[in-house]
Amino acid sequence: MKTIKVNYLARVEGEGALRIRFRGDQVRDVELRIFEPPRFFEAFLRGRHFAEAPDLTARICGICPVAYQMSACAAVEDALAIRVPDHISDLRRLIYCGEWIESHSLHMFMLHAPDFLGFDGALEMAKSHRDAVSRGLAIKRAGNELIRTLGGREVHPINVRVGGFYSLPAPAELRALIPNLTAARESAREALEWMSHFEFPEFERDYEFVALRGERNYPFIGKRLQSNKGLDIGANQYDEAFEERQVSHSNALQSVIKARDHYVCGPLARFNMNFDLLTKVASEAARGVGLAAPCRNPFRSILVRCIETIEALEQALTIIEYYDGKGAAHVEAKARAGTGYGLSEAPRGTLYHRYRIDEAGLIDDANIVPPTSQNQPSIEDDLREIAPRMLTLDHAEATRLAERAVRNYDPCISCATHFLKLTMERE
Amino acid sequence: MSLLDCEDELLALGESIEIAHFLEATRRTIRGPYDLTLVEGSITTPHDAQRIRRVRSESRFLVTIGACATAGGIQALRNFGNVKEFASLVYARPDYIETLATSTAIADHVAVDFELHGCPINKRQLLDVISSFINGRSPQTPAHSVCVECKRRGTVCVMVAHGTPCLGPITHAGCGALCPSFARGCYGCYGPDEAPNVPSLMNAWAQLSTPPDAIKRVLRTFNVNAPAFRRAHSHEDDQS
Repeated sequence: MKTIKVNYLARVEGEGALRIRFRGDQVRDVELRIFEPPRFFEAFLRGRHFAEAPDLTARICGICPVAYQMSACAAVEDALAIRVPDHISDLRRLIYCGEWIESHSLHMFMLHAPDFLGFDGALEMAKSHRDAVSRGLAIKRAGNELIRTLGGREVHPINVRVGGFYSLPAPAELRALIPNLTAARESAREALEWMSHFEFPEFERDYEFVALRGERNYPFIGKRLQSNKGLDIGANQYDEAFEERQVSHSNALQSVIKARDHYVCGPLARFNMNFDLLTKVASEAARGVGLAAPCRNPFRSILVRCIETIEALEQALTIIEYYDGKGAAHVEAKARAGTGYGLSEAPRGTLYHRYRIDEAGLIDDANIVPPTSQNQPSIEDDLREIAPRMLTLDHAEATRLAERAVRNYDPCISCATHFLKLTMERE
Repeated sequence: MSLLDCEDELLALGESIEIAHFLEATRRTIRGPYDLTLVEGSITTPHDAQRIRRVRSESRFLVTIGACATAGGIQALRNFGNVKEFASLVYARPDYIETLATSTAIADHVAVDFELHGCPINKRQLLDVISSFINGRSPQTPAHSVCVECKRRGTVCVMVAHGTPCLGPITHAGCGALCPSFARGCYGCYGPDEAPNVPSLMNAWAQLSTPPDAIKRVLRTFNVNAPAFRRAHSHEDDQS
């Protein structure tokens, strides 16, 4: 029995390990273990006021707090039967654009690109590729400036609330961001061209891609979840369509489609389900590097993230252009009993929140399904498929290949509520 | 992770210090002993409790950063509930879950040289703390309240002028008094300041017709287990 074991996964947020067992050349099993300590957010939310949900759940992740705030607001507002006006939805999309830009550029330039160029990390890569790293950091900074302007700070923004915002920015504050956002959009186009020359391993599987379907724009916050294999549901049907399972080797719950099984959410899924909705700038950039839906090679997800970064920058610039600063900062939220469902597209994939609220406005039941718990079964499937290639490699090289297969999904292990210690066992 | 957010300073930092163990940024690790260790996160598993002792023994200076490491974080809500019940609410097989009944600050387990508060920490303060320990000076992180920061930036008091309940008078400075500048009351994410008069502020909140359960909840967030907040919200438990 041969075992490949990776004890800590480098350059993945959170802590986990991987064990692959072989019988001869056949893969017997793959276990992606998540050992960041268990966290009890859904339990903590019981007895809290609905108004606290966005700030409490933001703390699940330091990289995508806006996603948590947005899904929480969507779910609470659904329960309270609140509809927010267009200027609020536009500003929500705008702060969400900031988070995609910041999170995607962190992953592309600091975590993922070093894989393709053979570096241990971005700091090592910066010694010979300083321009590329600096360009990435500049794009990231533009995203963070956007979040800071609208939300007060990059991590755990303070200006988001149920019903809208505490205060609205002045148009001039947002307009001041235009030069850096425009420069970042051009840098992202140059970066896409640069990354398109990376060497991508040959690898494709017949995935089920699950993503929000946008109404007018490439989706951030939405109501309809669709897949390439026929799934088409509203947020309130989520619990009927999906099931969370617990496995003994991991502290993250794993989500599956009841009718079929494993699926993929995130950039590839969004791209494949919403290619027709990309702005002209982003779809031309995609075609320019020979990329169109469907893309089934997860190693190419770095290109899709770059296209989504261009998309987010373009959408942000358009929202700012039309922003006039008029309208109320928020809609008043009054307590009433009910259950609400919220869906939004975190940088890593679909994020589902459900709250049951009592007549006093207190949450008596909460459910949160983060992207990594949805992608984990598919990551294991990818590893199972790629594992035979590892047998011909030494342990260091096998570990690198395994880490790359995992990193394709930009898993936020800490938000899977949790990376690589590779064990390969061969009988 | 806040280090990865230092877009302008990250590369310079990487040149002036040698990063020995930062798996989120690089796979390369260097064996101890270490000059400076930054610790984030709280102690919630038996493994954590062992690991932090080893880390301490290998570190000349150990600095904890963030509300989890300095106060147990939001995870310390379990200290005031039943962790078995929490596990069974979230997980179908709670028996697979290995966890301690409490989430505690690093300083409850080993000696800590400096604590940087906040959920999230302020990255400028983090850079100041790193440069302080490298250069052998004291960090410039005042322990006064958020009120001082409001006065300094000229923000009109949201509590006095608008009757918005605010935790600013008892909350540790560091964020730059963000919330009041956005017409929102401070919600205490930097924890208690050096000398907080919690009961007095809670009386003021009650006068603004804040219900008692809401007052208790506001102290029970990211710094629920910080002693000054704990005394206030647990004291109310004793009365009821």
